[in-house]
Amino acid sequence: MSTDNDTGADRVKGEVLLEMRDVKIDGYSDDQWHDIVKGVDITLRRGEVLGLIGESGAGKSTLGLAAMGFARPGCRISQGSIMFDGMDLLAMSEDNRRALRGSRIAYVAQSAAASFNPAHQLIQQVTEATIQHGIKSKSEAEGDAKELFAALQLPDPDNIGYRYPHQVSGGQLQRAMTAMAMSSRPDLIIFDEPTTALDVTTQVEVLAAMRDIVDQYQTAAIYITHDLAVVAQMADKIKVLRYGNTVEEAETRKMLTEPKEQYTKTLWAVRSLYKEAERNEDIILKVDGVDASYGGGVKVLDNVSIEMPRGCTVAVVGESGSGKSTTARVITGLLPQSKGQVIFNGEVLPPELKNRSKDQLRRIQMIYQMADTAMNPRHTVRDIIGRPLEFYLGLTGKACDKRVVELLELIELTEEFIDRLPGELSGGQKQRICIARALAAEPELIICDEVTSALDQIVQEGILKLLLRLQKEFNYSYLFITHDIATVEAISDEIVVMFQGGVVEQGQKTKILKPPFPPYTQLLLSSVPQMDPDWLDNLLAERAESGAEVMNSSGQ
Amino acid sequence: MSTEPDQGYSAAAEVGAVRARRTWRENVWRGLKKAPYTAWFGLIVIAFYMLVAIFAPILAPYGESEVFDIPYAPWSDEFKFGTDQLGRDMLSRLIYGARNTIGIAVATTLLSFVIGGGLGVLTSIQRGWFDQLISRFVDILMAIPSLIFALMLLSIFGSTILNLIIIIAILDATRVFRLTRAVSMNVVVMDYVEAAKLRGEGLAWVMRKEILPNIMPPLVAEFGLRFCFVFLTIASLSFLGVGIQPPTADWGSMVRENATLITYGDITPLLPAAAIALLTVAVNFVVDWFLHKTSGLRDEH
Repeated sequence: MSTDNDTGADRVKGEVLLEMRDVKIDGYSDDQWHDIVKGVDITLRRGEVLGLIGESGAGKSTLGLAAMGFARPGCRISQGSIMFDGMDLLAMSEDNRRALRGSRIAYVAQSAAASFNPAHQLIQQVTEATIQHGIKSKSEAEGDAKELFAALQLPDPDNIGYRYPHQVSGGQLQRAMTAMAMSSRPDLIIFDEPTTALDVTTQVEVLAAMRDIVDQYQTAAIYITHDLAVVAQMADKIKVLRYGNTVEEAETRKMLTEPKEQYTKTLWAVRSLYKEAERNEDIILKVDGVDASYGGGVKVLDNVSIEMPRGCTVAVVGESGSGKSTTARVITGLLPQSKGQVIFNGEVLPPELKNRSKDQLRRIQMIYQMADTAMNPRHTVRDIIGRPLEFYLGLTGKACDKRVVELLELIELTEEFIDRLPGELSGGQKQRICIARALAAEPELIICDEVTSALDQIVQEGILKLLLRLQKEFNYSYLFITHDIATVEAISDEIVVMFQGGVVEQGQKTKILKPPFPPYTQLLLSSVPQMDPDWLDNLLAERAESGAEVMNSSGQ
Repeated sequence: MSTEPDQGYSAAAEVGAVRARRTWRENVWRGLKKAPYTAWFGLIVIAFYMLVAIFAPILAPYGESEVFDIPYAPWSDEFKFGTDQLGRDMLSRLIYGARNTIGIAVATTLLSFVIGGGLGVLTSIQRGWFDQLISRFVDILMAIPSLIFALMLLSIFGSTILNLIIIIAILDATRVFRLTRAVSMNVVVMDYVEAAKLRGEGLAWVMRKEILPNIMPPLVAEFGLRFCFVFLTIASLSFLGVGIQPPTADWGSMVRENATLITYGDITPLLPAAAIALLTVAVNFVVDWFLHKTSGLRDEH
């Protein structure tokens, strides 16, 4: 290992660093091997960022790991060659490969919160691999880590490393993880959806920090994501994957302006969904001056008032911790409010869940963010959709089954799904079943808590279209909780902006999305990545000009 | 994009991608075929014990407490494993012992699971004072060495089979309670339990339909282990003279009653001891296999 590495002096920009030829990767399940990646080529030069995009199951992450010569347990690299800086990763011994990982090739995982050990200080974990590999001494590595923290714009870079993971925010943790990857000044970093779990406002900072550091040290990177707008900011070239095959590969700008393949075009067109805002004078739900707190402690909601017109979609936006989900918990009765009232269909709802009548419960249904945890893994689709039918409407036996099939058809699935377990469904299918469960109760109001944020864009669009269609047919009212402004623009009629437990503003979509904005709405709106490769640069330049007061007021 | 139906996303088009679900029987058979030989050994031994217990009156050459003239008779054609201190046929008593000892152990384990499991799930849902009360009570029970506690309770209430079952079940339920409460706590926080509450489901439904199916694997494994411990506890209590009372045949007391024979080089008292040991080992093999299967550890290829 050359010690010049950390200066980046011996790195020639444009030299081929990683070359993967016809790589095939198999996964083992049901007693046989299935191919996950079916012969993909990647050529990556120093200083270059390659964006890998595709829906889930396309083989992005598997391919990313293969670039380190690694296959997950139960997978194997069955064919092809992987050359890293002239070395054949597949031919070398596992010990030699391990020596490369963490020193010359680094990996940044999706969930920093799950990847940090809560029992150690950040700086110990950031420098661990570097010290282990003997690249730097402990004091050198720690000094360098502090420089990296500063480069990544973490607050108080000299001391933040001595905090524990739970003492910093999610965005800071994700940047610390980038510092961990950079600590040994690797030649190649693999970013696997590093910002997917973050809010838009935090995402911007992390993206900017990652891009600068990759630039500064002439590091090559593979950036895996399903968010096109994000990849447009990061990558020099983009490779689109589907079902383990390359769909197409091109320079970022070219790819964005003139995609060749039909599949790529569909990906690009996803954000075209739009709904004309409607306004209805009939108010179905009124949240009036509600305060709420968990366990009588700090107020999580402070005088929240929301009005929902019948048959419309009201979107509640704001970053995590702004009280969006808590508002939903108050409306459903899971968290009784300490002040104020919830009026539904003209009658005041009892705050406590157990005091509400079965009919009141039936009329308000909820769809969750994580369809995986919202359905009992041991219940079949028949049980899941059939239970509200039986419970609220008293349907049993054949009549119940018939209605379940009707509902399945309503959500664009078929009868064949009726005996499936949730584990045998894809992410989009699971969310559809959750929607069907809500519909089974024949509700008037459906609360959608981040229902699309765990899904790929194409699947997201399918779900949103379905929700819009159902609204048109059955006049449901949606309370749509999200932090994704693109979704809000697409499907809402009215918007409620929340910040730190209070409502910043409420109004019709066209009004809210038209300048001038209150500072927080401005920050939220401008942080949504656009499909323009220059968006991040422009945004950062703009923010630098207008001063940092908006950023600071958001209280990272 | 609706003009290109073949390119757009369609959830129904994914139908073919998911394989048909296997029936329950197929799953069991597939699991068995892959089972290691230790598990097979355990299953065969357990099946053998079950058969012996069920068909005891047919298999045993003599009655359970039929007394013959010669006590401590050596092994012969008439008495395969000789006779005990009163002149009862050892083989017959071994066979009947399977019935009594295993039967009581199964009943006790089941009862301890009903009590401990039920309270465990209940407290994980109803936190607060109820949870505190039950949990602290369990702590107190667990603080007292269970064998000595059982001895004490049995001498107070008398050593009837019913008392034996109830006392051991309650003492064992403390451990079941702890495990059930811990695993159930992980399930209670899931969204689907919240969804059931939002629907207005009652407590019994949430416990039985939402939580129980999801905590079954650790409970089944624990059942196997608990069964072994109960079995050994009953055997030890019988050995100490407060367990199953004569003339009912039971392996623990058979060891005690004939222990003196060991000093004369006769291995007869080791037979009931071996019967206990073999069953314990067999059950553990099966439980180990089951734990490995449900722990989700994948064999690396």
